[in-house]
Amino acid sequence: MKMAKPKVAFYWCASCGGCEEAVVDLNEDILGVVEAVDISLWPVALDYKKMHVEQWQPGEVTVVFINGAVRTDEQLEWVRLLREKCPLVVAFGSCAHLGGIPGLSNSTTRQETIDRKYHQSPTVDNPQAIVPHEKHIQNGYELELPAFHEAVKKLDDVIEVDYYLPGCPPTPELIAGAVTAILEGKLPEKGSVLAPDKSLCDQCPRKDSKPEKIEISEFRRLATSSADPEECFLAGGFVCMGPSTRTGCGELCIRGNMPCRGCFGPTSQTRDMGAKFLGAIGSLLAASEQEQCDRIASTLADPMGTFYRFSLPASILKQRMS
Amino acid sequence: MSDTNYDPVIVGFLCQWCSYTGADLAGTSRMEYPANLRSVRVMCSGRVDPTFVIEALAGGADGVLIAGCHPGDCHYSEGNYRAMRRFPLLKSLLDQFGIENERVRLEWISASEGERFAEVVTEMTAELKELGPLNLKGKLTSTGKAPAA
Repeated sequence: MKMAKPKVAFYWCASCGGCEEAVVDLNEDILGVVEAVDISLWPVALDYKKMHVEQWQPGEVTVVFINGAVRTDEQLEWVRLLREKCPLVVAFGSCAHLGGIPGLSNSTTRQETIDRKYHQSPTVDNPQAIVPHEKHIQNGYELELPAFHEAVKKLDDVIEVDYYLPGCPPTPELIAGAVTAILEGKLPEKGSVLAPDKSLCDQCPRKDSKPEKIEISEFRRLATSSADPEECFLAGGFVCMGPSTRTGCGELCIRGNMPCRGCFGPTSQTRDMGAKFLGAIGSLLAASEQEQCDRIASTLADPMGTFYRFSLPASILKQRMS
Repeated sequence: MSDTNYDPVIVGFLCQWCSYTGADLAGTSRMEYPANLRSVRVMCSGRVDPTFVIEALAGGADGVLIAGCHPGDCHYSEGNYRAMRRFPLLKSLLDQFGIENERVRLEWISASEGERFAEVVTEMTAELKELGPLNLKGKLTSTGKAPAA
């Protein structure tokens, strides 16, 4: 008799859909995956209801890949349910791993986010100043919206996570590697990030162009300056998160003449990615007087959003204080 | 401030060659200054990773002092320049987190400047009293609860 195929699930929280795209990017290899496993839940592609998941026997579905950060009660409820049902939970992509781009919302308080979104943004036309409420009565019916939490959280702030697949999105190679490791039972120690524990600079195709001593006399941005297609970005004054970012991405951005933005998160040696990077890049300013330092530093517009672009909810401070 | 019992906690990262010795001099000279500073001796102000500062604030400090040798006097030639270069970015970052710039301070205090050390601690304590408590420890443990709409 043929053995039953292991069942897997995909779920999404605060995310953009890029992680689902990454699964589709497996191209023909997805046929191999479908051959090996049954997909029990995948909101982007398959019809499902929450009650179907509630009916799963514990352990019936071997692994769930959850992408997206967590900010609403609905997301919280779903990930708790999936945790209860699945022996293996993999945080899939930057948002589940570190908070990701949605985590940048933590650079404002909850109230500031709501004010901006519903009142202040130049593209908003809201003369009655309507804002969403958790409960609303319409024609005698009580309607509900999930609660919107104070801050964006990464997945392991709300449930236990077994493994992390980093990246925005994770590359097909890493996904295939993770699926194979699960199917063959060759997973590393629980809690591991399923990517090499080295910095991007270590693998950078431009590392030979990195000068002995980097000195930055002005921070430059791709929006307003063009980057040399072969030179180390830091040497050119561009903020490249390579020194503080885990590799395993194939250095795709660098090869596309785009500095690293840090989506793979830090290596296991770093407690706070942004602070660590600040320490590294800060010491490269070409100045030996405080005023000069202040002037060069002022050419970097948004240190928080730049240094914690994908990891603000994973930082020590987590969110702007109210 | 409403909290009348508030007594600021300052974590001071003092370079062992200059500022820590300066602090020692303030002590042996029996100078008086507020007892609000908890000193951490480091080898160099350049060794103070911004993570240390953030960790101190998150752990309950109301302010952080980084003190090292005067520019040009670093035992390791340019460690203090590294501290100087990082400092404006650290201040901008903390500002974005909603933490006032007055809570972090970078000072050059030589081994012979015991008086300067006492002065800096006195000034900083007074400023932090004015600012009120930071209380990040309390805030960081209480975030994430969904408030009533």
